[in-house]
Amino acid sequence: MSRTDYLIRRISWALVTILFVTTLNFFLFRVLPGDPAKAGIRDPRLNRAQQEAIRVRFGLDKPLVIGPLSNPFDSQLVRYFGLLVRGDLGISYNSNRPVAEVLRERLINTVILVLSGNLIAIVIGVGLGVLAAWRRGTGIDVTALIFSLCTWALPTFFLGIILLIVGSSYLGLPVGGMRTSGQQYASFGAEVADVGRHLLMPTLVLVIILLGQFMLIMRSALLDVLGEDYILTAKAKGLTDGRILRDHAMRNAMLPVITLIALTLGFTVSGSILIEAVFSWPGLGSAIFEAVNRRDYPMLQGAFLLITISVVLANTAADLLYTALDPRVKAA
Amino acid sequence: MATILTQPSTVSTSPRIDFWKQLARSPMGIVGLFMLVSVVGMAIFAPWIAPYDPYKAVRARIDTIYAPPSPEHRLGTDDAGKDVLSQLIYGSRVSLIIGFTAALITVTIGGTIGLIAGYYGGRVGSLLMRITDTFLVIPDLPLYIVLVALLGPKLWNIILAIALIGWTSTARVVYSQVLSVKERMFVTRARAIGASDPHILRRHVFPQVLPLILSQNALVISVAILSESGLAFIGLGDPTLISWGTMLNFAFSRGAISSGAWWALLPPGLGIVWVVLAWTLLGYVIEEIVNPRIRTHHLTPERKKLY
Repeated sequence: MSRTDYLIRRISWALVTILFVTTLNFFLFRVLPGDPAKAGIRDPRLNRAQQEAIRVRFGLDKPLVIGPLSNPFDSQLVRYFGLLVRGDLGISYNSNRPVAEVLRERLINTVILVLSGNLIAIVIGVGLGVLAAWRRGTGIDVTALIFSLCTWALPTFFLGIILLIVGSSYLGLPVGGMRTSGQQYASFGAEVADVGRHLLMPTLVLVIILLGQFMLIMRSALLDVLGEDYILTAKAKGLTDGRILRDHAMRNAMLPVITLIALTLGFTVSGSILIEAVFSWPGLGSAIFEAVNRRDYPMLQGAFLLITISVVLANTAADLLYTALDPRVKAA
Repeated sequence: MATILTQPSTVSTSPRIDFWKQLARSPMGIVGLFMLVSVVGMAIFAPWIAPYDPYKAVRARIDTIYAPPSPEHRLGTDDAGKDVLSQLIYGSRVSLIIGFTAALITVTIGGTIGLIAGYYGGRVGSLLMRITDTFLVIPDLPLYIVLVALLGPKLWNIILAIALIGWTSTARVVYSQVLSVKERMFVTRARAIGASDPHILRRHVFPQVLPLILSQNALVISVAILSESGLAFIGLGDPTLISWGTMLNFAFSRGAISSGAWWALLPPGLGIVWVVLAWTLLGYVIEEIVNPRIRTHHLTPERKKLY
């Protein structure tokens, strides 16, 4: 299979997945018993005519998937996709603002949190992973391993609560949010500093949670490579451990790590839901948290779609990156 | 040839004993096993250990709300004046039930799909794996949240949501293992003497994949327990049951932090860490045992093994 063939196949598969997710999103919210629109219509305080008016307004009088023979495209599904293509995700029950507009603001805040957390975690995690694999079975390795197993077992929100308490009561850090409320900033620098103070603890949670994962993957990828015959050959040639690591092992061991980085970027967007909920960080995650607690279904639906699509895109990027980096994949 | 001929019989008996021996030799395995047994004991004997019945309504007075630890309430009380220790003990039940049931369903679905797709291959196989990959990409937590929010926060809905989405990684892992197992000599030989596909699957392929399924199982259980606690923390726990996640949700959203009531926050959180860590340690040790590839290493000679 040539490279372009692979590229086309991979990208079209991503598109199919996105289409699947979007359709799933439609059916989940229409078919499952918690359908908000139906619940709203069943409100006993409304009379027949009012109920009918709401049904027509939201297009609920139309058939679900396929319209009547005379006009087969006149269905709820088609209407849903039509609105989606125009970027219309409905109106939030809670704030009465367009969902797409709210999510756009929220997305930026999540990206700030996710990127800063991931960057720090990758640098430290990869370094520790190499150290652990190289010194396999020694104190460093075991400490690193136990640390990552413990952080894996630690629920993000519980770690968040602990750091929230520590930060707010002992370090004088804010209890949550992104900016000090009511604050007028004298300069852009002052604003960055204030946001930074709010960002510190949520980022630390992400770093601690992700660190172990990067370390373990780096460790096992390196161990895998270190078991290969060409490493034994390099050793037989009399090369030092440091050179074997740098010139022979790391290049191959980095491949799974790079894939993991792209994957994790996508998944931390969903993983940050709980962190954002604890720290009231105004991102996508707290949008979901608030939507659940206020039964704000259009918001929940929109946020779910946005998070899922960003994960699919990150996943595709990871695969393409992998192919670009590993010559063996091209040959296959 | 003689070694090849005897291979299946040695595979079916000795590794099982070997497995427990290796588990008993690894400190991590012993610690994990001990941690797990303690939680299971707590869950089973909850009515006898717990000083109060946490499901019984309590009339809260001003001085019993977030009361600090005392001889009557070893871990203090929560926002409704209930004993935290008793809730902690009963909470282990929900965690274990969800962990075990979700993992059982998950591993059954994932294992079956992986086995069938890997063994039969062809169109069916690639279609099944395509479906698996599609589900694998969808991030778990948001989908759990949407499903449970729409279906209603009941214990079975939570288990169902976790199981219906969680099977994908098991399917993937089993699939790739089956691909390599079915090319082995003893499978070819069994087919040559006329064994049927179901027979080969049951007697030759499945036993080879089982250790892998077991190690995957430990991972799935810990993920299920973590997912439940996350859902409960967001407010999607079963309101009729006491779980560590709902305890944290109530404490967090009802001012435990500003009241300085650390005893309402720490115990349930540490409970989750304890049980998830137990499964993680076990899963890790099982993987070290069943995956021989990660046992070779050509760098500096191995020093004292610490685990």
